[in-house]
Amino acid sequence: MEFAIETKDLVRVFKPSRKLLKRKKNPNGEGGSGEGPVTALDRVTTQIRQGELFGLLGPNGAGKTTLIKILCTLLLPTSGQAWVAGHDISKDPFPIRERINMVSGGETSGYGLLTTRENVWMFSQFYGVNSKVAKARIDELLHIFGLWDKRDAKVRTLSSGQRQKMNMIRGFVTDPDILFLDEPTLGLDVNASRVIREYVEAWVRKQKGKTVLLTTHYMAEADQMCDRIAIIDRGRILACDTPENLKRTIRHDTTFRLEVDTLRSASAFSGMKGVKNFSSKDDASKNTTSLTFILEDESAVSDILSAVQAQGAKIHYLQKSEPTLEDVFISMVGRGLE
Amino acid sequence: MSAATVTSRIPHRIRLNLRAVVGRAYPRIVGANREPSWIFFEAILPLLGIAAYVFIYQALANRVLLDPTVSAADKAATVAATNALIGSVVLGGTMIAFWLNVLWSMASQLYWEKEIGNLQLYMMAPMSRMALLGGMAVGGMFMTSVRAITTLVAGVVVFSIVLQVTNPFLLIAVFFATLVALYGMGMTLASLYLLWGREAWHLSALLEEPIFFTSGFYFPAGGLAYVGGWGRVLLTAATAIPATLGLDAMRQLVFPGAWGDKLWIFSPEVELVIILVLGVVFLVLARYALAYLELLARREGRLTSRHQ
Repeated sequence: MEFAIETKDLVRVFKPSRKLLKRKKNPNGEGGSGEGPVTALDRVTTQIRQGELFGLLGPNGAGKTTLIKILCTLLLPTSGQAWVAGHDISKDPFPIRERINMVSGGETSGYGLLTTRENVWMFSQFYGVNSKVAKARIDELLHIFGLWDKRDAKVRTLSSGQRQKMNMIRGFVTDPDILFLDEPTLGLDVNASRVIREYVEAWVRKQKGKTVLLTTHYMAEADQMCDRIAIIDRGRILACDTPENLKRTIRHDTTFRLEVDTLRSASAFSGMKGVKNFSSKDDASKNTTSLTFILEDESAVSDILSAVQAQGAKIHYLQKSEPTLEDVFISMVGRGLE
Repeated sequence: MSAATVTSRIPHRIRLNLRAVVGRAYPRIVGANREPSWIFFEAILPLLGIAAYVFIYQALANRVLLDPTVSAADKAATVAATNALIGSVVLGGTMIAFWLNVLWSMASQLYWEKEIGNLQLYMMAPMSRMALLGGMAVGGMFMTSVRAITTLVAGVVVFSIVLQVTNPFLLIAVFFATLVALYGMGMTLASLYLLWGREAWHLSALLEEPIFFTSGFYFPAGGLAYVGGWGRVLLTAATAIPATLGLDAMRQLVFPGAWGDKLWIFSPEVELVIILVLGVVFLVLARYALAYLELLARREGRLTSRHQ
């Protein structure tokens, strides 16, 4: 089996619930936006090799979690096919479940009355892990993730960072062949994120045949950890390659970053000659707008500066920089990830 | 798949599912002991609810016992009948613990697991879904048995009840068969409640007091047959709830000959058979309801994710 994960033309459409449709028909109801069917995945085809640390990079609502749920056998695709560990996710879910695990960021699983150790042990039993083996693994992982002091603390007393470390231990205690990590460092401090990133990398690199599918919208995390990255937006995979190759796709372009007084409108930059794509983000606390431009022609900078000044905005800084994954994303999508 | 592969897979699946049952039962058994206040709230307090009925039955008996015109034989019969009535209420009180556990902790459990965020992790695990429900049931039975026994012992001591066990093996068989059927019913309801979502909460509230009444938790349910018109219909419907027949059989086995054997529904042996059939029916229903629920969850993507 060459591929740990394979998908072919995977489509997932979420239809609105009957309740929502009813509310929409009722003129007094408060049926908001999004009442129609939503295509979360649109003909996603990808192949992830065994032993690969594969990243899925995209903004919120891009379809990352939907893809993971399908691959974890929690959701059926509307059409298309997917195989995990060589088994069809629609027809043969049980053998897949024995070989996978999943950890999501901000997860609140487990029972507050149980201790950290007991909670992880309980989940290991659902995978049939021998109790002695599970306890030894849990103790080892508690040390690695710096949670040993909290081994007998009730889960309800753990901080969110400690809880997320416990969730990671839950993911590794079953020793899966394929691990799905859905935004695992979401909301964590720098140290907790580093511990998790380092362990995940070591786990994949030091053992044969272990595969990780990581979703994130932290560019640096994807850049640092992943062998290959797929950029996903609105349910479509826009590009899939190594971080270096992805950055190389815009090497002929130039990236400029500006911080200026809050702009009234950024529409002046749309269609400007020499501008391939750009993103703008207002920071209300600083009263500024951050702009990132991907330029096909560097001379377009003067037009950009003129457009900024025409709005009476002061330029705080202007920087030419090396392309990052975020620039690749902006170049493809025309907006940032945040 | 070769024959050898098949046989090697069977013990693995059984081991996996047994471990899953133990794993899921663990938080219920251990968690309950970490909050010792339950002894007061869930074992002693229910005695107060029972006490109200006990005092009414005692007051009615006293009218006979204090009447000088009533013969000694009639007074002795009244004492025996009152003992059986009070004992029936205490037995009913212990079964209430199980019924409440089935309604609030078993039937609504999958819904709460979804809200906590556990359900999708359960559904993603390779264990059988029946092992998940089985673990919940075993944990609930164990925890509630401790509570029920505490209530029973306290009730027997406080109200000076005389129990006369005629067939202990049949009594044990009826008790465990009733628990299996009752929790099988809870397992079936668990899937339905998850489909219903928050509205199921109201159904639990709706099922509480009416079932106390129709199943005869505070009086021998067979008495309903003597109520004109709707009494028999109500009694027939109540026999679908395993607690009704279980309680009736247990009462027969600890208060033999009470009320001239006129208030029993069927004989204990017949009731045991019906309870066993109900148990099988509920377990099979639970299996298919959960399989359907899982299919729906995977198709619709709404059941296993929180806040959906």
